[in-house]
Amino acid sequence: MNYFIQLIVSGVVLGSIYALIALGFVLIYKATRVLNFAQGELLMAGAYIAFALTVQLHIPFWSAFFIAMLLCALLGLIIEILILKPLIGEPIISIVMITIGLSIVLKAIVEMIWGTETRVYPAIFSTQPITLGAISVSKSSLFSLGAAITLFIIFHLFFKFSSTGIAMRAVADDQQAAQSMGINIKKIFAISWMVAALVAGIGGILIGNMNGINVSLGMFGLKVFPAVILGGLDSVPGAIIGGITIGVLESLSGGYLDPLVGGGVKMVAPFAILLVILLIKPYGLFGTEEIEKV
Amino acid sequence: MAIKCGIFKTSYRSDMAMWQTKNSRFWMALFFIGLIVFPFFVSKYFLYMANIIAIGVIAAVGLNILTGFAGQISLGHGAFIGVGAYFAGYLTSQFNINFIPAFIAGGLVTAVVGMFFGLPSLRLKGFYLAIATMAAQFILAFVFIHLRSVTGGSQGMIVSPPEIAGFSFDSDFRYYFLSIGTAIVMTLAAKNLIRGKFGRAFMAIRDNYIAAKTMGVNIFLYKIIAFGISSFYAGIAGALWAHYIQIITPEHFTFSVSIEYLAIIIIGGLGSLLGTVFGTIFIMVLPEFLRFINGIVSLHYPMLVNMFDAIREGSFGLAIIGFLIFEPDGLAARWKTIKNYWKLWPYSY
Repeated sequence: MNYFIQLIVSGVVLGSIYALIALGFVLIYKATRVLNFAQGELLMAGAYIAFALTVQLHIPFWSAFFIAMLLCALLGLIIEILILKPLIGEPIISIVMITIGLSIVLKAIVEMIWGTETRVYPAIFSTQPITLGAISVSKSSLFSLGAAITLFIIFHLFFKFSSTGIAMRAVADDQQAAQSMGINIKKIFAISWMVAALVAGIGGILIGNMNGINVSLGMFGLKVFPAVILGGLDSVPGAIIGGITIGVLESLSGGYLDPLVGGGVKMVAPFAILLVILLIKPYGLFGTEEIEKV
Repeated sequence: MAIKCGIFKTSYRSDMAMWQTKNSRFWMALFFIGLIVFPFFVSKYFLYMANIIAIGVIAAVGLNILTGFAGQISLGHGAFIGVGAYFAGYLTSQFNINFIPAFIAGGLVTAVVGMFFGLPSLRLKGFYLAIATMAAQFILAFVFIHLRSVTGGSQGMIVSPPEIAGFSFDSDFRYYFLSIGTAIVMTLAAKNLIRGKFGRAFMAIRDNYIAAKTMGVNIFLYKIIAFGISSFYAGIAGALWAHYIQIITPEHFTFSVSIEYLAIIIIGGLGSLLGTVFGTIFIMVLPEFLRFINGIVSLHYPMLVNMFDAIREGSFGLAIIGFLIFEPDGLAARWKTIKNYWKLWPYSY
């Protein structure tokens, strides 16, 4: 039983990070109808930028954190202008491929600058785990969970009350109507990418604090797909629920099934469940159904 | 010599002909002769390249039928190639079944697997379908690693070179005729397929599936058939690949292979068989070209040697991005432009 609860807890922590990355996906998809296969690489870029600032330039953690966020947002903006803008109105396959191309390029750049070995962040939190009854949680995990929850609240408020957030929702809902109400769609596209890159960067730093960083960090982006699809591509609450569900599933299947078949279930279980869910609910649990006309 | 000002067709036969003019028939004949003569004059290295390009063309043509003609994105093509490779390899190495039946069985089994993973396409479109096929990729990759009794797990499976009627295709030179022959047959079959009923149905579904449905095209059936045909090509390519390199491991059929094939058809041109061939050559030759350049440049900048993997990957990504932005219709469109320019040269305005 303790083992079970332990698995659930670590699943929720992992899931909160998935949810954070999924939030980035959903932000971009909602506003621009682009499914960003490079989200995992944006996360990796954020993690490495923070690494360069703290370890290589010796900037104290918190100021490095904010500089890294700025740089991530800038990266998002550059990507939007250089790569996504020329592709507005192109078919889905082109958009899938260009973000895949982008992910490959980002990974190659990081590899050229920092190499392939795993790098470790300076310890910000003591490695002493906190024990609650029979369950132990590391401080950095708790910090990640806290950060993820805080971000969700911030985003919720942002979308609900700020004029930019409302404009973004309007663009997501109906681009033409939004434009005729005087919303600058190009600006909204750019902002979506900046915010998504920023969120990914935060995710990267959180993961870096827990596990260290290397170039395979981009794989997180692929692992988050089941989460986004599960929740529905254009639903923010869906991203959160999907992320945590997939995190818990991964942790449970890893804990119980991996010893039976010799590893690897963790990676594949979310995808198997994803297929089943898609057959029952083709637009995910909370996604909007698209009604098409000729 | 009279300057040609147009192609005038006077019968349905000539309208439907595969190669429409004497000129193109002449060049195709020359091209086939070139393919036959080629292996007698080149080194082993070029034969190796020709073999992997021929096998790549088969798989890429399959993906182009599915993605370029029927409009269904597949991110699992690499894994389908793997199914064919493992199945055919298992039959020949464990049961000593002749190459030809094993090779065809590999294709057919892959077609069935592909149709199974194509089932979600009944209800899914666009991004959701892309992710569902990605799930197929990861599930199959998991099977390749963990079904040790068949696939040999990460140690791989050893396959002996194929033998047809006592003739063993055990060298690059001999294999060339097998791989290039299959590639030609499969490409011509695809060409024939897409100008017939199936091809028209595929394109109707791609262009507007609701309209296609209204016209009486059975969408579900044709989508599944597209998945089946595409996977059949992948399986055949896999079977050839397995018997060519003779040791197959799960690393040959990863997600990045699926991406590579998508890159091939994007760079070559969606919905163009000629473009598929160009794209395959481009993607297969690109790393070799980079290795060559890197070899020269690294004499002066030795640090580049360690960065080669990153450079190769990066240029691959840049090629995808560059083509999508600057030449979205791929090399096939570029080829057409060049051809049209020369057709009326020097009065090309």
